[in-house]
Amino acid sequence: MSDNNPESDAPAGKATKPAGSAKQRTARRRFIRSSLLTGGIVGLALLGYLPVARASRTRLRPPGALDEKDFLASCIKCGQCVQVCPVQAIKLGDLTDGYGIGVPHIDAREQACDFSCDAGQCILACPTGALTYDKPGFLAVRRGAHLARLPILKAKEKDPEPTLNLKERMGLARLAQPQICLAAQGQGFKGQARGAGFKGTMRYMDVDRWKPIPVADHPYERELCDLCVTECPIKDAIRLKFVDNGDGVKRAVPEVLEQCVGCGVCEMICPVEAGGMAAIVVDERKTWEA
Amino acid sequence: MKSFKEKLLVMLGRESQKPATYSPEAEQIHKLKRLNKADFEAMKQHTREHQLLQHKWRNRRWAVLIAVNLLFVLSFWLDIQMLEGALTASRFVGFHLIDLNSALQVMLAHKHIIVNLLIGTATVFFLWVLLGGRTFCSWVCPYHLVAEWFEALHLKLVEKKWVTDHEFHRGTRTVFWVLFSLLAIVTGYTVFETLSPTGILSRALIYGPSLALAWVFLLLMFEVFYSRRAWCRYVCPIGLTYGMVGTVSPLRIVYRLDKCFHEGDCRKVCLVPHVLDVVIKGRAEEAVMSIGPDCTRCGLCVDTCPSGALTYGVKGLDKLL
Repeated sequence: MSDNNPESDAPAGKATKPAGSAKQRTARRRFIRSSLLTGGIVGLALLGYLPVARASRTRLRPPGALDEKDFLASCIKCGQCVQVCPVQAIKLGDLTDGYGIGVPHIDAREQACDFSCDAGQCILACPTGALTYDKPGFLAVRRGAHLARLPILKAKEKDPEPTLNLKERMGLARLAQPQICLAAQGQGFKGQARGAGFKGTMRYMDVDRWKPIPVADHPYERELCDLCVTECPIKDAIRLKFVDNGDGVKRAVPEVLEQCVGCGVCEMICPVEAGGMAAIVVDERKTWEA
Repeated sequence: MKSFKEKLLVMLGRESQKPATYSPEAEQIHKLKRLNKADFEAMKQHTREHQLLQHKWRNRRWAVLIAVNLLFVLSFWLDIQMLEGALTASRFVGFHLIDLNSALQVMLAHKHIIVNLLIGTATVFFLWVLLGGRTFCSWVCPYHLVAEWFEALHLKLVEKKWVTDHEFHRGTRTVFWVLFSLLAIVTGYTVFETLSPTGILSRALIYGPSLALAWVFLLLMFEVFYSRRAWCRYVCPIGLTYGMVGTVSPLRIVYRLDKCFHEGDCRKVCLVPHVLDVVIKGRAEEAVMSIGPDCTRCGLCVDTCPSGALTYGVKGLDKLL
């Protein structure tokens, strides 16, 4: 430990004979030791700023999260959001996240938020308002973070209240690697979207509205791959745009629309990847630019 | 009220003082002990011989501490939803509970308090006012238990003269409390939580092991090889926060001067021996005294005292019974 300084206990060097009584010397040593301890611990605690400053690990935060700085400040690191998520999408930060220790995030490729809880249970569970339906007035909304209208949850489309109470997006989907996108190459898809070993789960309305099942248990068969579009839980958030290269092959690219909330289901379900990255990904905290 | 202020200052780091005056009753007892020295020694010997070695309160406390933490763990693992969350904040069958120090950090860093945060904090505040403030430390905090086990190792090494205990100034903890509060206000981050072994351990138990456990292990090694119970004694602001709550708590350890032989066994086992300075010969200004707010109500002294001079007591209730 940095503040462990056994030297402070040893008698001072030959040159300077310590002044004062034995009691005073003990007290002085104790004072030095205590100062070192204070400096050491506070110094270590301040190191927690490094991962935050370098933003080396920008994270996709759960729905309803305040802006990053406010989120880290207001989160009490209790993980109640983790406990209520029906698809276990939420994970907590570690020591390497510095001040983000114990703060929830989502690794969309592993397990995205598919809103199978219907209402943002994590937001309801949050005791401090770090995840919130209603941002307090004194906190500004970044331009393009605000959703033009409340997103309609496809699963609830026939319900009297089909919307999700989410006013700001978590991020924004982006076709990062069009060169590997199956639809862009005019290819279909057949089989398990992420292979047999994939642990991620999702709610399928035609299987069970209340119980998410493993993606691996729900194989697909598509003439032209459109998984990111059909599996998107939000209405009008993404669509296929057909392109004509004049070669007679039916091709399309997914086009992200303004209603995209950045939940990451498209990133999770995308069956192809290169360089550890799916064809379509979610950029956390990204805002909509018209 | 003088003794109240005195106790508070001792908790913040001041050395306890020899009393200037004694109550007539205490004066009498002190005098008697000096007069009948032979009797006093004989009685001391007799009590020693008939001492029952017991760990009654320690065992009860460990059982409670493990049960509480297990309830957190099982609530998540088995989805029984009794006590959801972690020690920093949770919900007990739906009611918000929020750790006072974590709440303080969040309030200072975020500078905005929502109703649920306030309700949870108030609930926990009243809970620990009733139960004794730092009772949280010894009866709930998982780091306390682990540190207790490693303390046993430290004491063994000290006995073998392989290591020595390096004391820090007790006021260091007060400095930490102020510094971490200021850091939360100024930086807008909950700086303390990054290193808090209480939060780290609680989350690790519930959500699975993390790299942060390495830090907790380092702390424990520091305590084993360098300074006995250093984190709890000289650093942890959580302890001081709950200590403040304990100042108004009716539940405390009670000391009876007439039953004490001033042997000091209690101070040897105590996490915060300065609260037991009253048991030193000539220090008790009254015949019956409450132990100060920094006491974690762990009961080790109650178990250790051969003559029953230290007991649990509830202010107001004692007289009724």
